[in-house]
Amino acid sequence: MKKWMQFLLLVASVSSAGALLASGGGEEGDSRQLPPVANAKWKAECSSCHMLYHPGLLPEKSWQKLMAGLDRHFGENAALDAPTRDEISRFLTANSADKLDNRRSRRIVQSIPADAAPLRISETAYFTAKHDEISATTFKRKSVGSASNCAACHQGAERGDFSENKVRIPR
Amino acid sequence: MRNTLLLFGLLFSISALAATPQELLQQYGAQAKQESAAFAGFSADRGASFFRTERADSGGRQVSCSTCHTADPRNPGKTRANKAIEPMAPIANPQRFTDAAKVEKWFGRNCKDVLERACTAQEKGDFIQYLVNVK
Repeated sequence: MKKWMQFLLLVASVSSAGALLASGGGEEGDSRQLPPVANAKWKAECSSCHMLYHPGLLPEKSWQKLMAGLDRHFGENAALDAPTRDEISRFLTANSADKLDNRRSRRIVQSIPADAAPLRISETAYFTAKHDEISATTFKRKSVGSASNCAACHQGAERGDFSENKVRIPR
Repeated sequence: MRNTLLLFGLLFSISALAATPQELLQQYGAQAKQESAAFAGFSADRGASFFRTERADSGGRQVSCSTCHTADPRNPGKTRANKAIEPMAPIANPQRFTDAAKVEKWFGRNCKDVLERACTAQEKGDFIQYLVNVK
């Protein structure tokens, strides 16, 4: 191979590797934050009683189980008419942690045993490891309520932003 | 044929979203008449006591409407998951009882939570009558 051809090849391979890095690494997407998602029914129905949980926080099997038991939803009746329930189910599935390419969703999925389908994000090993320095009394503070109230400390939680440097734990 | 017409009427009344509290009271009044021949109108007093009366649910919790909505329906309430609930009384929140489907959705859920059964049209009407009368 001629010298100038070798040089061209080298330039081409270096620049394509650079492009791959800049785009976030292809398959192993290293985007830290959950991507923005939107569905009007999800937003309206899933935030009347509690904060709006991003679908990328649980795998498809968890959402399926949760949506199949809305009449006994953590001790409350949250039943929906069938068309609304089905639309929200499809949206949650399409944007579930196993379908989204970002590090947080991937790690949540990895922390769940194959035979488990947790309904609470706070029951995943990912969650407990991430919050091991937060005491039970902090979670029980009036300003927090419980571990299910992400937005008390993660102000961007409903947008899927859980960046550690933005955490503000209320008194 | 008559049944079909009735069905269409019912579907229309369910899908007709915009309503006033008075229209809802009329609809529940018509239903209450069908449920009981002895129906003699709605009572704000009965609605008030319905709103506050506590009962022990099968999980041993003392529950009433006011558990989450507070005893004063002009005040905002709080869900068990710590989220604010807009006031129930139209005087404090004019959006209340203006959407028939929404009203039915929440009666459907909350009657089963608090009473562990569906509410009657009499109870629904008394409840709305009470809240509409709050000044």
